[in-house]
Amino acid sequence: MTVTVLLFASYADALGMRSMAIDFAPGATVRDVISHVRALPGAERLPVQPLVAVNETYAKADRLLNAGDEVAIIPPVAGG
Amino acid sequence: MRTALVETPIDIAAITAEVGRSSNGATLVFIGTVRDVNDGRPVSAMEYTTYRSMAARELNDIVREASQRFGTTDIVVEHRLGALELGEASVAIAVAHPHRGPAYDASRFVIEQLKARVPIWKLEHYIDGTREWVGAGSGKGEAGSGVTAGEVR
Repeated sequence: MTVTVLLFASYADALGMRSMAIDFAPGATVRDVISHVRALPGAERLPVQPLVAVNETYAKADRLLNAGDEVAIIPPVAGG
Repeated sequence: MRTALVETPIDIAAITAEVGRSSNGATLVFIGTVRDVNDGRPVSAMEYTTYRSMAARELNDIVREASQRFGTTDIVVEHRLGALELGEASVAIAVAHPHRGPAYDASRFVIEQLKARVPIWKLEHYIDGTREWVGAGSGKGEAGSGVTAGEVR
């Protein structure tokens, strides 16, 4: 199954991209997505447990994913 | 109640008028502005980016929660995006309520929740020509680590 991963701000700059499509076996979780992304070149500055949102809602690392989910890795927010 | 992510200057008078009504005895407007210095470094400009669809949802959720908690539907929040100059309003929160106490509480609740939850980021431009994402730190394991949605809320 394919999930879309979104990157923003400092994380997008670090990896040099804003989004990617990644294939996972069924049963994959948010944790698997983080492991995959943290292994990419430039990902050294991503924390071990970054904030993550699945389909626009904050989610925990053990959240199960479905095909077509949008997984956003959220840098420390700084609005206001 | 209304929230908006906007690319043009926030019209403070307009959002103040929007929450005003004769049943309200207190109207408060909080304005967050771009400061000329951060952590001792002179700032020249600021650039805001967002995960727009999620930010819009979070902002709406925050205002709905504030409404239920403090008992007023007269709340308007606008947040700027894009490039801002020093002194410009980056966020404005207008709250009106029959009484001042809950108006102050609701205003404070909205800005604190916004700063904790809404996916907006700012790129600071410094006088010396360098740029840095605010709050991004310099390495791994800083802010954000291990924090979950439940804790953020």
